[in-house]
Amino acid sequence: MNEFFAMGGYAFFVWGSFGATAFVVVVEMVALRARRRRALDEARLATPDSLTAATQGVL
Amino acid sequence: MTSSSWYRYSSPATFYPIAGRLIPWFGWAAAVMAAIGTWIGLAIAPTDFQQGDAYRIIFIHVASAWMSMFMYVVMAAWSALFLGFNTRLSAMMAQAMAPTGALMTLIALVTGSLWGKPTWGTYWAWDARMTSELILLFLYMGVIALRNAIDDPRRADRACAVLSLVGVINVPIIYYSVKWWNTLHQGSSVSLTAAPKMAMTMLTGMLIMALAAWFYAIAVALYRVRVIMLERERGSAWVGELQEVKSR
Repeated sequence: MNEFFAMGGYAFFVWGSFGATAFVVVVEMVALRARRRRALDEARLATPDSLTAATQGVL
Repeated sequence: MTSSSWYRYSSPATFYPIAGRLIPWFGWAAAVMAAIGTWIGLAIAPTDFQQGDAYRIIFIHVASAWMSMFMYVVMAAWSALFLGFNTRLSAMMAQAMAPTGALMTLIALVTGSLWGKPTWGTYWAWDARMTSELILLFLYMGVIALRNAIDDPRRADRACAVLSLVGVINVPIIYYSVKWWNTLHQGSSVSLTAAPKMAMTMLTGMLIMALAAWFYAIAVALYRVRVIMLERERGSAWVGELQEVKSR
Protein backbone atom coordinates (compact mmCIF):
# COMPACT_ATOMS: atom_id res chain seq x y z
CA MET A 1 0.00 0.00 0.00
CA ASN A 2 2.80 2.41 0.94
CA GLU A 3 4.50 1.46 -2.29
CA PHE A 4 1.36 2.49 -4.18
CA PHE A 5 1.33 5.95 -2.58
CA ALA A 6 5.08 6.40 -3.11
CA MET A 7 4.63 6.10 -6.91
CA GLY A 8 8.22 4.96 -7.34
CA GLY A 9 9.53 8.21 -5.86
CA TYR A 10 7.35 10.43 -8.06
CA ALA A 11 4.57 10.85 -5.49
CA PHE A 12 4.67 14.68 -5.54
CA PHE A 13 4.35 14.86 -9.33
CA VAL A 14 1.76 12.11 -9.79
CA TRP A 15 -0.47 12.94 -6.81
CA GLY A 16 0.10 16.63 -7.45
CA SER A 17 -1.28 16.23 -10.98
CA PHE A 18 -4.32 14.19 -9.97
CA GLY A 19 -4.92 16.36 -6.90
CA ALA A 20 -4.65 19.68 -8.75
CA THR A 21 -7.04 18.39 -11.44
CA ALA A 22 -9.59 17.21 -8.87
CA PHE A 23 -9.27 20.56 -7.08
CA VAL A 24 -9.95 22.77 -10.12
CA VAL A 25 -12.81 20.54 -11.27
CA VAL A 26 -14.48 20.81 -7.85
CA VAL A 27 -13.88 24.59 -7.79
CA GLU A 28 -15.52 24.92 -11.22
CA MET A 29 -18.58 22.93 -10.16
CA VAL A 30 -19.01 24.84 -6.88
CA ALA A 31 -18.59 28.22 -8.62
CA LEU A 32 -21.06 27.23 -11.33
CA ARG A 33 -23.64 26.12 -8.77
CA ALA A 34 -23.29 29.46 -6.95
CA ARG A 35 -23.69 31.32 -10.26
CA ARG A 36 -26.89 29.41 -10.98
CA ARG A 37 -28.28 30.27 -7.55
CA ARG A 38 -27.53 33.97 -8.15
CA ALA A 39 -29.10 33.81 -11.63
CA LEU A 40 -32.25 32.19 -10.20
CA ASP A 41 -32.52 34.85 -7.48
CA GLU A 42 -32.22 37.62 -10.04
CA ALA A 43 -34.69 35.89 -12.35
CA ARG A 44 -37.23 35.76 -9.48
CA LEU A 45 -36.82 39.49 -8.91
CA ALA A 46 -37.27 40.18 -12.62
CA THR A 47 -40.52 38.24 -13.10
CA PRO A 48 -43.57 40.39 -13.97
CA ASP A 49 -45.35 39.20 -10.79
CA SER A 50 -42.61 40.35 -8.45
CA LEU A 51 -42.41 43.65 -10.31
CA THR A 52 -46.10 44.34 -9.72
CA ALA A 53 -45.78 43.27 -6.10
CA ALA A 54 -42.85 45.61 -5.63
CA THR A 55 -44.69 48.52 -7.25
CA GLN A 56 -47.79 47.93 -5.14
CA GLY A 57 -45.62 47.79 -2.05
CA VAL A 58 -44.21 51.22 -2.90
CA LEU A 59 -47.61 52.69 -3.70
CA MET B 1 -36.01 17.72 -40.27
CA THR B 2 -37.42 20.91 -41.71
CA SER B 3 -35.65 24.18 -41.22
CA SER B 4 -38.46 25.52 -39.03
CA SER B 5 -37.92 22.74 -36.47
CA TRP B 6 -34.19 23.48 -36.38
CA TYR B 7 -35.04 27.04 -35.50
CA ARG B 8 -37.37 25.76 -32.80
CA TYR B 9 -34.50 23.90 -31.11
CA SER B 10 -32.32 26.97 -31.38
CA SER B 11 -34.70 28.86 -29.08
CA PRO B 12 -33.46 29.05 -25.47
CA ALA B 13 -36.99 28.34 -24.17
CA THR B 14 -36.99 24.95 -25.96
CA PHE B 15 -33.36 24.10 -25.30
CA TYR B 16 -33.36 24.90 -21.55
CA PRO B 17 -35.46 21.86 -20.46
CA ILE B 18 -33.74 19.54 -22.98
CA ALA B 19 -30.32 20.50 -21.61
CA GLY B 20 -31.60 20.01 -18.08
CA ARG B 21 -32.60 16.43 -18.82
CA LEU B 22 -29.24 15.63 -20.47
CA ILE B 23 -26.97 16.99 -17.71
CA PRO B 24 -27.34 14.11 -15.17
CA TRP B 25 -26.57 11.50 -17.85
CA PHE B 26 -23.38 13.20 -18.98
CA GLY B 27 -22.42 14.11 -15.42
CA TRP B 28 -22.70 10.56 -14.09
CA ALA B 29 -21.04 9.13 -17.21
CA ALA B 30 -18.13 11.52 -16.59
CA ALA B 31 -17.86 10.51 -12.92
CA VAL B 32 -17.92 6.78 -13.72
CA MET B 33 -15.40 7.12 -16.58
CA ALA B 34 -13.07 9.29 -14.46
CA ALA B 35 -13.19 6.73 -11.64
CA ILE B 36 -12.43 3.80 -13.97
CA GLY B 37 -9.76 5.77 -15.85
CA THR B 38 -8.03 6.86 -12.66
CA TRP B 39 -8.10 3.30 -11.35
CA ILE B 40 -6.54 1.95 -14.55
CA GLY B 41 -4.05 4.83 -14.71
CA LEU B 42 -2.81 4.64 -11.14
CA ALA B 43 -3.24 1.01 -10.19
CA ILE B 44 -3.64 -1.29 -13.20
CA ALA B 45 -1.36 0.12 -15.92
CA PRO B 46 2.20 -1.20 -15.59
CA THR B 47 5.11 1.05 -14.58
CA ASP B 48 6.90 2.48 -17.63
CA PHE B 49 10.40 1.02 -18.05
CA GLN B 50 11.91 4.41 -18.97
CA GLN B 51 9.87 6.99 -17.09
CA GLY B 52 8.88 4.97 -14.03
CA ASP B 53 5.59 5.95 -12.40
CA ALA B 54 5.89 9.61 -13.43
CA TYR B 55 4.35 8.72 -16.79
CA ARG B 56 0.99 8.13 -15.04
CA ILE B 57 0.47 11.89 -15.28
CA ILE B 58 -0.26 11.49 -19.01
CA PHE B 59 -3.60 9.88 -18.20
CA ILE B 60 -4.78 13.34 -17.20
CA HIS B 61 -2.43 15.36 -19.36
CA VAL B 62 -3.40 13.87 -22.72
CA ALA B 63 -7.15 13.91 -22.02
CA SER B 64 -7.13 17.56 -20.88
CA ALA B 65 -4.82 18.69 -23.71
CA TRP B 66 -7.07 17.08 -26.34
CA MET B 67 -10.13 18.59 -24.72
CA SER B 68 -8.54 22.06 -24.49
CA MET B 69 -8.04 22.12 -28.27
CA PHE B 70 -11.32 20.45 -29.12
CA MET B 71 -13.39 22.82 -27.00
CA TYR B 72 -11.78 25.79 -28.70
CA VAL B 73 -12.80 24.40 -32.10
CA VAL B 74 -16.35 23.86 -30.81
CA MET B 75 -16.42 27.42 -29.42
CA ALA B 76 -15.25 28.76 -32.78
CA ALA B 77 -17.87 26.66 -34.61
CA TRP B 78 -20.69 28.05 -32.43
CA SER B 79 -19.26 31.53 -33.05
CA ALA B 80 -19.34 30.96 -36.82
CA LEU B 81 -22.94 29.72 -36.59
CA PHE B 82 -23.84 32.80 -34.60
CA LEU B 83 -22.23 35.17 -37.10
CA GLY B 84 -23.87 33.32 -40.00
CA PHE B 85 -27.41 32.83 -38.69
CA ASN B 86 -27.56 35.31 -35.81
CA THR B 87 -29.07 32.68 -33.47
CA ARG B 88 -28.98 33.60 -29.78
CA LEU B 89 -28.43 30.03 -28.69
CA SER B 90 -25.20 29.72 -30.73
CA ALA B 91 -23.72 32.77 -29.01
CA MET B 92 -24.75 31.41 -25.61
CA MET B 93 -23.19 28.01 -26.39
CA ALA B 94 -19.95 29.69 -27.44
CA GLN B 95 -20.01 31.70 -24.21
CA ALA B 96 -20.55 28.49 -22.21
CA MET B 97 -17.43 26.84 -23.69
CA ALA B 98 -14.78 29.38 -22.73
CA PRO B 99 -14.37 28.87 -18.94
CA THR B 100 -14.21 25.06 -19.15
CA GLY B 101 -11.89 25.29 -22.15
CA ALA B 102 -9.60 27.56 -20.15
CA LEU B 103 -9.74 25.10 -17.26
CA MET B 104 -8.78 22.16 -19.52
CA THR B 105 -5.87 24.21 -20.88
CA LEU B 106 -4.73 25.07 -17.36
CA ILE B 107 -4.86 21.39 -16.34
CA ALA B 108 -2.89 20.42 -19.46
CA LEU B 109 -0.22 23.04 -18.69
CA VAL B 110 0.07 22.22 -14.97
CA THR B 111 0.17 18.44 -15.43
CA GLY B 112 2.58 18.84 -18.35
CA SER B 113 4.81 20.90 -16.14
CA LEU B 114 4.64 18.32 -13.33
CA TRP B 115 5.53 15.65 -15.86
CA GLY B 116 8.36 17.69 -17.37
CA LYS B 117 10.27 18.21 -14.13
CA PRO B 118 11.06 14.53 -13.39
CA THR B 119 11.25 13.54 -17.07
CA TRP B 120 13.07 16.44 -18.76
CA GLY B 121 14.49 18.11 -15.65
CA THR B 122 12.52 21.33 -16.12
CA TYR B 123 9.03 22.55 -15.30
CA TRP B 124 8.88 24.75 -18.36
CA ALA B 125 10.58 25.35 -21.69
CA TRP B 126 9.64 27.80 -24.42
CA ASP B 127 9.21 25.13 -27.03
CA ALA B 128 6.58 25.34 -29.76
CA ARG B 129 4.08 22.90 -28.23
CA MET B 130 4.12 24.47 -24.79
CA THR B 131 4.17 28.07 -26.00
CA SER B 132 1.23 27.53 -28.37
CA GLU B 133 -0.73 25.79 -25.59
CA LEU B 134 -0.01 28.78 -23.33
CA ILE B 135 -1.30 31.07 -26.11
CA LEU B 136 -4.48 28.93 -26.14
CA LEU B 137 -4.95 29.76 -22.44
CA PHE B 138 -4.50 33.46 -23.21
CA LEU B 139 -7.04 33.20 -26.06
CA TYR B 140 -9.64 31.65 -23.75
CA MET B 141 -8.93 34.30 -21.12
CA GLY B 142 -9.07 37.00 -23.79
CA VAL B 143 -12.53 35.86 -24.93
CA ILE B 144 -13.77 35.83 -21.31
CA ALA B 145 -12.24 39.25 -20.57
CA LEU B 146 -13.62 40.74 -23.78
CA ARG B 147 -17.14 39.63 -22.85
CA ASN B 148 -16.81 41.14 -19.37
CA ALA B 149 -15.54 44.39 -20.86
CA ILE B 150 -18.58 44.97 -23.12
CA ASP B 151 -21.89 45.85 -21.45
CA ASP B 152 -24.22 45.22 -24.38
CA PRO B 153 -24.53 41.40 -24.64
CA ARG B 154 -25.26 41.46 -28.38
CA ARG B 155 -22.14 43.48 -29.12
CA ALA B 156 -20.16 41.23 -26.78
CA ASP B 157 -21.46 38.19 -28.71
CA ARG B 158 -20.15 39.62 -31.98
CA ALA B 159 -16.77 40.71 -30.62
CA CYS B 160 -16.19 37.36 -28.88
CA ALA B 161 -17.26 35.43 -31.98
CA VAL B 162 -14.75 37.31 -34.13
CA LEU B 163 -11.92 36.84 -31.59
CA SER B 164 -12.75 33.12 -31.25
CA LEU B 165 -12.65 32.65 -35.01
CA VAL B 166 -9.37 34.51 -35.42
CA GLY B 167 -7.81 32.48 -32.60
CA VAL B 168 -8.79 29.10 -34.04
CA ILE B 169 -5.68 29.27 -36.26
CA ASN B 170 -3.71 28.45 -33.09
CA VAL B 171 -5.28 24.98 -32.77
CA PRO B 172 -3.59 23.37 -35.82
CA ILE B 173 -0.38 25.12 -34.75
CA ILE B 174 -0.57 23.34 -31.37
CA TYR B 175 -1.45 20.06 -33.00
CA TYR B 176 1.30 20.07 -35.63
CA SER B 177 3.90 21.91 -33.53
CA VAL B 178 5.68 18.66 -32.64
CA LYS B 179 6.05 17.89 -36.35
CA TRP B 180 6.86 21.35 -37.68
CA TRP B 181 9.45 22.26 -35.08
CA ASN B 182 12.06 20.31 -33.21
CA THR B 183 10.37 20.43 -29.83
CA LEU B 184 11.35 19.24 -26.40
CA HIS B 185 7.80 17.92 -26.23
CA GLN B 186 7.51 14.42 -27.67
CA GLY B 187 5.51 13.56 -30.78
CA SER B 188 1.95 12.25 -30.79
CA SER B 189 1.31 9.45 -28.32
CA VAL B 190 -1.70 8.10 -30.14
CA SER B 191 -2.14 7.85 -33.89
CA LEU B 192 -5.09 6.59 -35.89
CA THR B 193 -2.85 5.30 -38.67
CA ALA B 194 0.17 3.81 -36.89
CA ALA B 195 0.24 0.76 -34.62
CA PRO B 196 -0.06 1.64 -30.91
CA LYS B 197 3.29 2.51 -29.34
CA MET B 198 2.16 1.66 -25.82
CA ALA B 199 0.72 -1.21 -23.82
CA MET B 200 -2.97 -1.93 -24.37
CA THR B 201 -3.93 -1.11 -20.75
CA MET B 202 -2.21 2.30 -21.04
CA LEU B 203 -4.07 3.09 -24.24
CA THR B 204 -7.40 1.91 -22.76
CA GLY B 205 -6.88 4.03 -19.64
CA MET B 206 -6.04 7.07 -21.73
CA LEU B 207 -9.09 6.69 -23.97
CA ILE B 208 -11.38 6.21 -20.94
CA MET B 209 -9.96 9.40 -19.38
CA ALA B 210 -10.52 11.19 -22.69
CA LEU B 211 -14.17 10.03 -22.63
CA ALA B 212 -14.45 11.29 -19.03
CA ALA B 213 -13.16 14.70 -20.14
CA TRP B 214 -15.69 14.73 -23.01
CA PHE B 215 -18.66 13.89 -20.79
CA TYR B 216 -17.51 16.36 -18.13
CA ALA B 217 -17.13 19.15 -20.67
CA ILE B 218 -20.56 18.44 -22.16
CA ALA B 219 -22.27 18.31 -18.75
CA VAL B 220 -20.63 21.51 -17.52
CA ALA B 221 -21.21 23.40 -20.78
CA LEU B 222 -24.91 22.44 -20.75
CA TYR B 223 -25.17 23.48 -17.09
CA ARG B 224 -23.45 26.79 -17.81
CA VAL B 225 -25.54 27.53 -20.90
CA ARG B 226 -28.68 27.15 -18.77
CA VAL B 227 -27.29 29.64 -16.26
CA ILE B 228 -26.42 32.03 -19.10
CA MET B 229 -30.01 31.72 -20.40
CA LEU B 230 -31.37 32.60 -16.95
CA GLU B 231 -29.00 35.57 -16.73
CA ARG B 232 -29.68 36.93 -20.17
CA GLU B 233 -33.39 36.19 -20.56
CA ARG B 234 -34.59 37.04 -17.07
CA GLY B 235 -37.80 39.02 -17.14
CA SER B 236 -38.99 37.14 -20.24
CA ALA B 237 -42.20 35.12 -20.04
CA TRP B 238 -40.58 31.69 -20.42
CA VAL B 239 -38.08 32.26 -17.59
CA GLY B 240 -40.91 33.50 -15.35
CA GLU B 241 -42.82 30.28 -16.07
CA LEU B 242 -39.94 27.98 -14.97
CA GLN B 243 -40.70 25.89 -11.89
CA GLU B 244 -37.32 26.71 -10.32
CA VAL B 245 -38.01 30.44 -10.74
CA LYS B 246 -41.59 30.29 -9.46
CA SER B 247 -40.84 28.18 -6.39
CA ARG B 248 -39.48 29.74 -3.16
